[in-house]
Amino acid sequence: MLSRIAESLFWIGRYVERADGTARILDVHLERLNHLPPEEQRSVAQELLGVMGSRPEKDEFGLSELLHALAYDRSHATSIAGSLGAARENARRARETVSSSLWECLNTTFYGLSQHRKDVVGTYRFCNWVLERTAMARGHADTTMSHDEGWQFMVLGRSLERADMTARMLSTREVHTAGMSWVNMLRCAGAYESFLRTRRAAFDDRHAAEFLLMDRLFPRSIVYALRDADKALEKLDPSDQRVGFINDARRIVGQARTFLEFHRTDDLMVELPEHMERVQKAVAQASDAISRKYFNRADEQAWVGEVS
Amino acid sequence: MSDLFEDYSIAAERTGAYDEMFAPGQAARPSYRQLAGALDGLSLADVSARADSMARTFLDRGVTFDYAGEERPFPLDIVPRVIPAGEWTVLERGVAQRVQALEAFLNDVYGKMAVVSDGVIPRRLVTTSQHFHRQVHGFEPAGGVRVHISGIDVVRDAVGTFRVLEDNVRVPSGVSYVLENRRAMAKGLPEAFSQQPIRPVEEYPRRLLSALRKTAPAGVDDPTVVVLTPGVFNSAYFEHTLLAGLMGVELVEGRDLICRGNRVYMRTTAGEQRVDVIYKRIDDDFLDPLQFRSDSMLGCPGLVNAARAGGVTIANAVGNGVADDKLVYSYVPDLIRYYLGEEPIIANVDTYRLEEDAAREEVLDRLDELVVKPVDGSGGKGLVIGPDATREELETLRSRVLTDPRGWIAQPVLQLSTVPTLSGDKFGPRHVDLRPFAINDGDDVWVLPGGLTRVALKEGSLIVNSSQGGGSKDTWVLAESPDVPIEAEPRHSISIRERTSVWPVESSWRDRDRQAEQQQQ
Repeated sequence: MLSRIAESLFWIGRYVERADGTARILDVHLERLNHLPPEEQRSVAQELLGVMGSRPEKDEFGLSELLHALAYDRSHATSIAGSLGAARENARRARETVSSSLWECLNTTFYGLSQHRKDVVGTYRFCNWVLERTAMARGHADTTMSHDEGWQFMVLGRSLERADMTARMLSTREVHTAGMSWVNMLRCAGAYESFLRTRRAAFDDRHAAEFLLMDRLFPRSIVYALRDADKALEKLDPSDQRVGFINDARRIVGQARTFLEFHRTDDLMVELPEHMERVQKAVAQASDAISRKYFNRADEQAWVGEVS
Repeated sequence: MSDLFEDYSIAAERTGAYDEMFAPGQAARPSYRQLAGALDGLSLADVSARADSMARTFLDRGVTFDYAGEERPFPLDIVPRVIPAGEWTVLERGVAQRVQALEAFLNDVYGKMAVVSDGVIPRRLVTTSQHFHRQVHGFEPAGGVRVHISGIDVVRDAVGTFRVLEDNVRVPSGVSYVLENRRAMAKGLPEAFSQQPIRPVEEYPRRLLSALRKTAPAGVDDPTVVVLTPGVFNSAYFEHTLLAGLMGVELVEGRDLICRGNRVYMRTTAGEQRVDVIYKRIDDDFLDPLQFRSDSMLGCPGLVNAARAGGVTIANAVGNGVADDKLVYSYVPDLIRYYLGEEPIIANVDTYRLEEDAAREEVLDRLDELVVKPVDGSGGKGLVIGPDATREELETLRSRVLTDPRGWIAQPVLQLSTVPTLSGDKFGPRHVDLRPFAINDGDDVWVLPGGLTRVALKEGSLIVNSSQGGGSKDTWVLAESPDVPIEAEPRHSISIRERTSVWPVESSWRDRDRQAEQQQQ
């Protein structure tokens, strides 16, 4: 398939997942931010924005600016509205490839973005609505498109972004001086009930962190998401079945996943920031490697040419 | 004050009740100041938009109760009820005291009956109680606790004193609404939460699970807990699913259980699995067809024998109903003095025992001024409020009381305290009660900060039951000092940011990347 189309599909996967993850994070932190006195609110808001990978443009940055930056700002893909706009733009470019129901879903979502009250209470409903719409987009993608190469690119983007978002979600715990409770972290990932069923009475920070990082059955855990990405990469490039990987992306994703999956530690909580940083880095590098290999052949060939 | 509170003080004065939010003259009481400030900043449009959004959330989440075979969202009012730290400490101690006395009473009643031989209460009182079950006489339940979970209903009278209205030690329900209300309020009225330490309620399921596990039969290392529900048609089914979910345990129906050799098992895909603790959410009458109603399809035959043999813990214990019999209620202050050697911390509502001739005569004369309640009723069933009743109703009541004086008690009509409640386009005073929930793990009685505040949504109505047009309010207990963190999670030592690297040093592909970048430039 055309590289250009593959790239669009990859980014549809990423942006839809990013909107979903940002909505989850915003929803759970908003509740907490509301409980804080104004000065603290400002500093926490800035840190939160930092974790989401952006920097405030103005000095005066408080709750309403945070809402704008993470939810409604159409000019940046860090925000929910920006991501969904970008997803829709990508779908428009690949309109002949995506199913019409997926396109309509993304398009309707895009037009629905402006129909929300932009205050705190309105944002709660907005986040909820975003979760619904992104779930719908994923459902349409999975049930109305052939699971061919194009779909694999979309799944690849989705899985990488999901690993990244879970890592960010875990990093946001630290922006509050009192720490975010693990109950809320699990709720944020939609993992609360699943976690309780696996863990029953044994309940502490460590288990919750472990669950979101390494659970092999919970789809939003980092290990699970990276495994999904790995599977998609394997389908896309079935050539290296036996020894070694020429494919950079597969190696990066595989190394990160196996490191986490087989990592043994007594002090997970202290190591957590490092894990999060490395996972985010691995996702970024994998994404670059995928771009180089599949979307941007001109550059790669030039490079190979020079070496040989 | 905004227009929303226009005429509030006039309406409040008319009820003659104690208003929780405003002292006379419409000055907000100290504990409500923050809230009053937050409400002041809202217009009617804001308030109704939020109330709508909260109602929709409840419906979406399935926070409903079953009314005449129909699922309805449980109405949650936007104005919370606030209890200052000082008042709460008293309530908390009073509730715990009561639970301990009732626990001792039940142990005694199903054992030596010392309370009768010492002349504190008449033997008849116990033996004539509908819920005194001889089937469970003479054994101590596994784990040693009978009242694991209780809900003690308290109200405030016209001068603002808390009084206990009734005890619920069989299957008290409503705690799910406490949990859901708090979640909804945090999103519906965020302004009022800031800078005000409100004690959290989310630890309830964890406390409950740990108490249930602690009271498992002796010798079980890792007890399996289940919640036993009558099924989806029960009015409190939502609560059963929520609690089972939040505790991470199975929600079972009677048909999922088997008793064999005085042990209880549940049927799972991995074969039969032993059950050690059953959190029972069905009435005793339906629990075990071998002992109680033989036509019951909801229970599991053999449970009572298994409990007697110590093979399973049933929470709450079978036969607890004798302690929340309303005639026994009138003796609870004596029971507290007898078992604990203490004075009751929260007083009862004055109660006439209709078996006593003088009392009965007086009550029958003043039937139209009093509230008359059946002793074994719950949920406001069968209760007659004299001033509101028609002549015919009073006549029927009179003959019923005369045929069975043991079955009824009478109390003066209490003007329950009021809290502002949204009704139409403004706030009006509505009567409320309060049900704090207590968990007893055998060593300690823990009282959930707050509890369920039910509110009669109809103006002037004193009946707060959800089945008769009642709603609920979130109940906030303010913390003693402002330093108490809103979430009781200890901060982990991450802040130090020790950089002990555990990941492998980034491997050569990184260098290659760099090269690649340079090549591209």
